[in-house]
Amino acid sequence: MSYYFAIIGTQDNPLFEYEFGTSKQGGDGQARFPDDAHHLNQFVLHSSLDIVEEVQWTNGQLYLKVIDKFFTNYISCFMTAGNVKFLLLHQPTATAAAAAAATAGVSGVTPVANPSRNSTAVGANPTSPQTEEAIKNFFGEVYENYVKAIMSPFYKVNMGIRSPVFRQRVAAAGRKYL
Amino acid sequence: MSHLGPGKAVSSKEQTGLRYPSNGKTIYHRPLNRTKTAELSQSSFAYLFSEMVTYAQRRVTGIQELEKRLNLQGHPIGLKLLDLLLTREPPRSQTRPLTIIALLHFIKINLWTHLFGRQADRLEKSSNPDTPDEYMIIDNEPLVNAYISVPREMSQLNCAAFVAGMIEGVCDGAMFPARVTAHSVGGKEEGEMWPGKTVFLVKFQPEVLEREALIGKG
Repeated sequence: MSYYFAIIGTQDNPLFEYEFGTSKQGGDGQARFPDDAHHLNQFVLHSSLDIVEEVQWTNGQLYLKVIDKFFTNYISCFMTAGNVKFLLLHQPTATAAAAAAATAGVSGVTPVANPSRNSTAVGANPTSPQTEEAIKNFFGEVYENYVKAIMSPFYKVNMGIRSPVFRQRVAAAGRKYL
Repeated sequence: MSHLGPGKAVSSKEQTGLRYPSNGKTIYHRPLNRTKTAELSQSSFAYLFSEMVTYAQRRVTGIQELEKRLNLQGHPIGLKLLDLLLTREPPRSQTRPLTIIALLHFIKINLWTHLFGRQADRLEKSSNPDTPDEYMIIDNEPLVNAYISVPREMSQLNCAAFVAGMIEGVCDGAMFPARVTAHSVGGKEEGEMWPGKTVFLVKFQPEVLEREALIGKG
């Protein structure tokens, strides 16, 4: 399970980005994206901004859950009051995705016990309530630190966030929840 | 933006220089919430604010320009308070304002309580059918004007333009672009009781009303 997290400003400009992997189920916190996926992730993430703009006026919540899907990439969104977007791209590992698809396929027919322990794990099924809750907590913690960042009198809207302390905090939130 | 590899966290302890405070405490180590009683001295605020007005006044030729400068000083504060005040809300009511009314209520209640320790006195919509985009936030006694006496030849000036700038910042930040101006209405027939009465005139851009109509339909 790998994650790519980005903060997008009000002019659709990136302010911050961070790649990490899961720390649950013995994960080592390293992202396992294929080499050519790094720039693709940026495209996929930014292409979901159109959908964010549609959803943001129908739902006043800060956390907008999974808003877009591109093959096995799922995009979760969190919208701050100041119209800055937090986007998280999550990509379940191939086996977990297959398991999730399998359970989703049969869930309407027979509620079989989950064949693999993995499918209840955070992130294995991107739309499960557990995953949504974990991502919500992650976003919540990042939001708190983001507000602290913008409280700096030297910070103007849409400036990139380069603080190493902020990066550490985001990494810590990722380790804690995802 | 350059690509930054995974897990490339920099330990602040190994760094030295001006970027890192010697005690290791940064803005990220401070809490976002403050206790309800944490108030600031009004006299120190009045002193700083008078300096701000003087600073702006030294660099302008007209009253309009002076108000514009005060407005610009308040604007970034509004942008930041929008996010700060929303995080201080209890999680259940943490929603982004989607309509003009929700936004103005947020300003009247949350923003005013944070800044001045009380709500704004009134909220009105323009009764003129030609200007449906105008709303008014009314404060009978703006705190910022408490120690300001405007000379007769500058009677047009209202230093609450600073507060108008903050309101504009909140509106702009929430994607309700608007122009906000402060007007003194005390001294006129209905304003007798409150000589310092100030109306903050919020004029939204046409696209805001357009969107509002669409949301109402959906």
